[in-house]
Amino acid sequence: MATRIVIDPVTRIEGHAKITIQLGDDGKVVEARFHVAEFRGFERFCVGRPLWEMAAITARVCGICPVSHLLASAKAGDHILSVTPPPAALKLRRLMNLAQIVQSHALSFFHLSAPDLILGFDSEPSRRNVFGLMATDRELARGGIRLRQFGQEIIERLGGKKVHPDWSVPGGVREPLTEAGRDAIRAWIPEVKATVLDALGRFKGLLDRHRDEAECFGDFPSLFLGLVGDDGTWEHHDGPIRVVDAKGIIVADRLDPQRYMNYIGEATQPDSYLKFPYYKPMGYPEGIYRVGPLARLNLCDRMPTELAERERREFRDRFGTASSSFLYHHARLIEILAGVEGIAEAVEDPEVLSNHIRARAGINRLEGVGVSEAPRGTLFHHYNVDEDGRMLRVNLIIATGQNGLAMNRTVRQIADRYIDGPTIPEGVLNRLEAGIRAFDPCLSCSTHAVGLMPMVVRLIDADGRLLDEVRRG
Amino acid sequence: MSVHTLRIDEKDVSARAGQTILEAASENGISIPTLCHLEGLSNVGACRLCLVEVAVVGGGTRLAAACVTAAAEEMVIQTDTDRLREYRKMIVELLFAERNHVCSVCVANNHCELQEMAVSQGVDHVRYDYLEPRCDVDLSHPRFGLDHNRCILCTRCVRACDEVEGAHTWDVSGRGTLSRVVTDLNAPWGASETCTSCGKCVMACPTGALFHQSSTVSEMIHERTRLSFLVDAREKKQWHA
Repeated sequence: MATRIVIDPVTRIEGHAKITIQLGDDGKVVEARFHVAEFRGFERFCVGRPLWEMAAITARVCGICPVSHLLASAKAGDHILSVTPPPAALKLRRLMNLAQIVQSHALSFFHLSAPDLILGFDSEPSRRNVFGLMATDRELARGGIRLRQFGQEIIERLGGKKVHPDWSVPGGVREPLTEAGRDAIRAWIPEVKATVLDALGRFKGLLDRHRDEAECFGDFPSLFLGLVGDDGTWEHHDGPIRVVDAKGIIVADRLDPQRYMNYIGEATQPDSYLKFPYYKPMGYPEGIYRVGPLARLNLCDRMPTELAERERREFRDRFGTASSSFLYHHARLIEILAGVEGIAEAVEDPEVLSNHIRARAGINRLEGVGVSEAPRGTLFHHYNVDEDGRMLRVNLIIATGQNGLAMNRTVRQIADRYIDGPTIPEGVLNRLEAGIRAFDPCLSCSTHAVGLMPMVVRLIDADGRLLDEVRRG
Repeated sequence: MSVHTLRIDEKDVSARAGQTILEAASENGISIPTLCHLEGLSNVGACRLCLVEVAVVGGGTRLAAACVTAAAEEMVIQTDTDRLREYRKMIVELLFAERNHVCSVCVANNHCELQEMAVSQGVDHVRYDYLEPRCDVDLSHPRFGLDHNRCILCTRCVRACDEVEGAHTWDVSGRGTLSRVVTDLNAPWGASETCTSCGKCVMACPTGALFHQSSTVSEMIHERTRLSFLVDAREKKQWHA
């Protein structure tokens, strides 16, 4: 008999989602899908608001990665003002973004995924969480929590508060870094560097144990997209966009983020509030690409700091252009290391203490795009304003949405690998969720499609007869 | 000068003829919540937050707005009763329900008298359905902006413009929940021929309804005491430090 398995909600992720698996009469998987079950609507209700408020409004999209929206929005604002923020403002924004990447990656790895990786996918579910991790490996859990605190504290020292700082604005930033703040950040560096190096060592040691998962957690060829420095160095805030293929060959380079619509299309699906971006020249769904830590590591030529570059080389030697989404975890740890090293360098630059941090201007352009690398991947804010600076149109392309197609394929791959017949062990259900967790999706960030979604509503009676059907789109 | 003697909150106080209950209370260290009242401007009793209970002959009390009720001989007044606290809380909740006050992303967040009033009156949620009206934002003025979503119709801007600046650019159009502050005859602010761009209306505003252009969230700090400074300087030749 055909069976439908629903995992609702998917746990230890940010936001609300479910997974459905449809089994055929033979007990084999017919279809497996990942659905985002929440809707936010920022693209609609921001219309009419002043441009000046957009950074702080869109920061409210997310409590985990408000900084990513704050920065992308401020950059879109810079463009509309036609200003280049003072150098100190750009350095401070970059510093906050590194802090954001560190704290968000630490949350993803230590709080959400380490229970699977350290305790095991089949371990007792009631203990397979951060509290179980604390009981098993107190120092690892503590180090992870402290690592997140480090990132959050930098955000607070710059922006006044840990969550939803109103700090980055069109033209620059509102507050400088104080000497006391700089010194406090500096004091953290040895501890957090040791934490991430320890975690990296352990993760690499676990790879053999999880070889089975690594082979089916979204291991497939796809494009990878992300920002990259002018010289090909790993980048998180500025620079052009690069697209590489599954073999690491550059498909497109030096793409102007302002013209993203020339090369990124957005599709909608009837069963999810996600929009599904794709690389336009290859069409939908063939233009599937992945963003985020794995993509950034795959597409850059080098890391900007010594230890992170050493880790990237080892990663590259071992996996080539990594295709398994399981390796997002590995890439995430390397990025935390890059973040810690980058922060250590940034605070030694005397210019971060400058008070010259904000350029003032009025509305000089009616359209602007801001792009930054959020922890989960490339984030686009695209605004159109009227001549007074009121929002006319808002388009947000969110990292998690860009990984939507890949997450669907991951769920299918894990279902095919582990499900055979209607009796499904709990550990298999957990692997389906863990496949999603590898992407560290942030669903509340990503669900902004409105009025676009093709939808079918069917009214079916108890005997399964179709009484009515309504279609949209 | 004749002086009245009255009781406020069980305390004997005196008030000069013509003083309001609010002024008499204030001079005697008794605090009454206000929102539409602003030192330097006339009083209109618009917000009703300064309601007090005045004892009536024969027993019971009547409600009076302290800012527009003259203190009188032998008045017995209560400023802080269960009934008043409930009404004040209700008034603040209704102000929130009437427009779209989204504190977290408002330019006046943390510098807003409505927000402070909600905290001081113990408003932890709003019991009424939000009207969620569609309100415009006017950014046509080169220096200032107007967001009707945040306006509580206190009319401080109307009075500041009329009484202190003398331009009378501001007024109120419409009735009830459709009332809106307007410049000139409901022209865009930037097109107003009477506005002198002095900014006194912006100084007076208790919320994020009037703000400086390019203010980002929680960045708008109103200089409300500047108005009483100007009035005292002009009328009393006193320049406060």
